[in-house]
Amino acid sequence: MKYFEDIQVGETFDLGRHTFTAEEIKAFAHRFDPQPFHVDEDAAAQSHFGALAASGWHTASVWMRLMVEYRRRVTEATRARGEPVAGIGPALGFRDMKWLKPVYVDDTIEYVSEVIELRPSGSRPTQGLMTIRATGVNQHGVLVFSFVSTTLVERRPDEA
Amino acid sequence: MKPKLHWEDFKPGDVAVYGPRRVTREEIVAYAAEFDPQPMHLDEAAASATPLGGLAASGWHTCCLMMRVLVDGLLSQAASEGAPGVDEVRWLKPLRPGTEIRVRTVALETRPSKSRPTRGFVKFRFEVIDERDAVVMDLVCSQMLLRREPGAPA
Repeated sequence: MKYFEDIQVGETFDLGRHTFTAEEIKAFAHRFDPQPFHVDEDAAAQSHFGALAASGWHTASVWMRLMVEYRRRVTEATRARGEPVAGIGPALGFRDMKWLKPVYVDDTIEYVSEVIELRPSGSRPTQGLMTIRATGVNQHGVLVFSFVSTTLVERRPDEA
Repeated sequence: MKPKLHWEDFKPGDVAVYGPRRVTREEIVAYAAEFDPQPMHLDEAAASATPLGGLAASGWHTCCLMMRVLVDGLLSQAASEGAPGVDEVRWLKPLRPGTEIRVRTVALETRPSKSRPTRGFVKFRFEVIDERDAVVMDLVCSQMLLRREPGAPA
């Protein structure tokens, strides 16, 4: 990742997109969230969702995988340019997670994160705090998922 | 069949504990390989060189394991309508392989839905605790439940 000083508020990270198939929605829910509306089409049709919908933790877990892959791509590109790679994380939690609309079978969710705040760490002079808002938008342009999280990002060694 | 729990069955201050569930190394690595492929969740040797100091579950995996314990113990017995989101999650301690987790639920407040007379909200604090009662993760979340008497004055 980039150093803290090289990141701007308003900058976005395009993490990519993911299509949720019926098979993976049900497989995930059988492992972690076996409520009827996540594992059974008929039960889901009679629920408030109206059709089979992904567990909110599934939507979130896919965000994490796309974030790890995004960081890997950025790290490799930075190394390829011969530039140093700034350390990041670990995250200590997150807040304001909203499952705004259901994620239905074969929906494609596009995940984008935006930097909403940057501030130095009071206790860790070599790191800064980056706060992002993560979002997921479906193929109809509707926001279905969002949360806010703060991560420690390494500062430029000469400016820390 | 036992009647399902409804919104009216929860009162602020109610405390309950669900589980236990033993978290295996295999499932920590399997979740990480699929959703959070970072060294501290995949491999002991690589993990020992990270801030976690050894193999530990992805924080998102801990969320998912909490959900499974809650579905098995609570939500499958309740007229659950899902949850609109999570207010705040804190990952407080690494979750190591072999740990036996339980989930403690504390009902914080209840309120009827303004838009749907058939539904109410219960705001909970959920705590994932280990064998020594140390809190590994906590979160605050509002759960939606059907009301037994829709539209009755709250």
